[in-house]
Amino acid sequence: MAGSGQNRGELDQFQKVFFEECSELLGNLDDQFAMLGENPSDRETLNAVFRAVHSIKAGAGAFGFSDLVAFAHEFEATLDALRDGRIANTERITALLVRAGDVLAHLIEAVQKGRKAEAGYGDEVAAELAALLGAPVQSANRNEGMPVEGVTTSGPRKVVIRFRPHAEMFRHANEPLLLFRELRGLGSLSVTCDFQGLPAFGELDPEEAYLAWSLEIETAESLVRLREVFEFVEDDCALDFEELLPSPDTQHKVSLTPTNGDGAAELGSEGTPGTGQRGGSMGSIRVDLARIDRLVNMVGELVITQAMLAQEIDDQAQLNGRQTIRRHEELAMLTRELQECVMAIRMQPVKSVFARMPRLVRDVAAKLEKSIRLVTSGEQTEVDKTVIEELADPLTHMIRNAIDHGIESPAARIAAGKPETGTIELSAAHAGSNILIHVADDGGGIDRERLLAKAVAKGIVPAGASLTEEEIDELIFSPGFSTAEKVTDVSGRGVGMDVVRRNIVNLGGRIQVSSVHGRGTRFTLVIPLTLAVLDGMIVQVGAERYILPLTSILESYRPDPRHIRAVTGGMNVAAIRGEYIRLVHLHEIFEVPDAVTDPAQGIVVLVETTQGGKIGIVVDDLVGQQQVVIKSLTDNFDPVDGVSGATILGNGKVALIVDIEQMSAMAAHRSGGRGRTAQTSTLPAIDVAA
Amino acid sequence: MPKRILTVDDSKTMRDMVSYTLKSAGFEVVEAEDGVHALKVVERAPVDLVITDINMPNMDGVTLIRRLRALGAFRSTPILILTTEGGEDKKAEGRAAGATGWIVKPFVPDKLLQVVQKVCPAA
Repeated sequence: MAGSGQNRGELDQFQKVFFEECSELLGNLDDQFAMLGENPSDRETLNAVFRAVHSIKAGAGAFGFSDLVAFAHEFEATLDALRDGRIANTERITALLVRAGDVLAHLIEAVQKGRKAEAGYGDEVAAELAALLGAPVQSANRNEGMPVEGVTTSGPRKVVIRFRPHAEMFRHANEPLLLFRELRGLGSLSVTCDFQGLPAFGELDPEEAYLAWSLEIETAESLVRLREVFEFVEDDCALDFEELLPSPDTQHKVSLTPTNGDGAAELGSEGTPGTGQRGGSMGSIRVDLARIDRLVNMVGELVITQAMLAQEIDDQAQLNGRQTIRRHEELAMLTRELQECVMAIRMQPVKSVFARMPRLVRDVAAKLEKSIRLVTSGEQTEVDKTVIEELADPLTHMIRNAIDHGIESPAARIAAGKPETGTIELSAAHAGSNILIHVADDGGGIDRERLLAKAVAKGIVPAGASLTEEEIDELIFSPGFSTAEKVTDVSGRGVGMDVVRRNIVNLGGRIQVSSVHGRGTRFTLVIPLTLAVLDGMIVQVGAERYILPLTSILESYRPDPRHIRAVTGGMNVAAIRGEYIRLVHLHEIFEVPDAVTDPAQGIVVLVETTQGGKIGIVVDDLVGQQQVVIKSLTDNFDPVDGVSGATILGNGKVALIVDIEQMSAMAAHRSGGRGRTAQTSTLPAIDVAA
Repeated sequence: MPKRILTVDDSKTMRDMVSYTLKSAGFEVVEAEDGVHALKVVERAPVDLVITDINMPNMDGVTLIRRLRALGAFRSTPILILTTEGGEDKKAEGRAAGATGWIVKPFVPDKLLQVVQKVCPAA
């Protein structure tokens, strides 16, 4: 049949859609399991879970992923019983469903990566699912859906089929003619019609069934195959099969093709083709990310062009009438709105990440025999899709840590006069152009003595150093640092908070910790809503302008010359409130001529690195704050130290965006020996002509 | 004129699969993601065959069949339901509502075509 001519590319495309759909469904499962945790017998939720598993099974079957189908089948059977109320759902069963969801996810991942899951994987869960249904369920892995082949092929035979449809058959829109045609495909057929039941024309009810047929077929097919022809109608007719010995006698034969003389005539309506049937009720569409990125990029260009136009109009303000200025203001407003709209396309609620957490808490808490309640809020807070994807790992890790190291055992909590059940709060909120995420627990807090002792033992901190509480807390972000006494099964597998911090920094964000001994620990993540724009401070250095990320800036001020000290290695430091801050001259780093060299004549911008270190960046002047569209340089140039990207300013010039982390590292480097101008080369201003 | 088939399923994978298989066999295919949507689709132009999933949000397949059969134009249009193995009661429900036949999920493309040809031959 025609289905076998499948083109590989299209099949791959279906599979892609299938896997996308799977991951969506699996994502919802976590949510649904959480709901079942609260209300185990909620029919609507059980039905939704059933539907999800069912869809996965159906799709998997279509692609021939038999392991997946087999498992999904067991899963589905149990869910079916649960939603019908044949089995009452319990907490224990919900836990099993959660595990089954894991197995399903694993199997999907396996086929997606084109490998087979380990032999016997998931069998245990499948067996438990089957056990719930009482009897061992039949092996699901049979070739359902394959055409049934003739069982016996003992040579041609003659069979007489007596067939008398009931009126019911026509109400199901079954058509005798089609059955006869199908039979004809299986052998040589002769059809005899019995008109005896036919009333006079005036009494004829077109919806009644009056005719009966006797069908004689000579075929090599089995009786099973012949019966299959009548599969859809056997409940709606009198049907009888009789295998004949040779030479039967027949009466008047009716030719097959011309007519069926019956009320169930085919509907004469041929559909009018292609009138854009989709649409209407759909609330969302899938769009290729690349297209959105392109759109975002183009709007970025538009914003720049608009800014350039603004500058020009400004420069020639006297020449232009008020009208031009007002029209341009409108354009500026529209451009900004357009940019926001386009950015919003990429925005998704953090719910998709948060939703995985209840499940994690339940599993991990159970494993550690702790009693923990997870409170989430702000799930609807939206953030760029890329950010969402990158958030899952760090959050998972932090929540795990909170359960493992933060919340105490029930006994210890009771002894400390706290409620037995610990609480972990996970919240999200918008703060300007950032998203603020808190992960807080009401556990024992950071044990600073132990932390410091450990840091000293590991040589991270010199013995006898006096650190502030904040500095000690910061130590948990040191590489290779785990506060757990022993490596547990749950966390502390070598991936530490340093990795979490790195992940967050890669998103252009920051992470901070605060802790009260005996009361709990709170992590605060500040992450830009999008990776495509940045709130920046434009600074002037010589004839050049640079962008400093606003999130890193603590303050800026004109220093008192008396507070500037030169130390060995040609480095300057500034005393600020009793603290000595290393000064970094941007003009030195980037070799900009004609810049202010005396910090007291310029401005010191105090920035904080994510490591908590502070440096003072010396610039000539502050130009102003602006949201800038980030352009990657690495697409076209080799990476440049101290620069994370570039943007195009309103005057058409390129301004480099300063990478605070690298700048800090470079400053530390430079203090080792003067004259070595890092590995930077001179970066002349680039005029954007076109 | 090619026969026109409506596939109703809340799963895009299924719709794509059904749609692709049928199109490659020369049918014209329209899609709907649930019963409500399906009714809107057939309102615009009639179809020669409906293939519908049973369990769908908004309006399930059984209700859809009942609603279609209540429309004069659909009294003798074949309607196939997608059922699961063991979903006997659903099948019975679908039949009672007026379904012509059923396809047991999961199925391979050839099986789908075989069943479709049974109730709605391409030619």
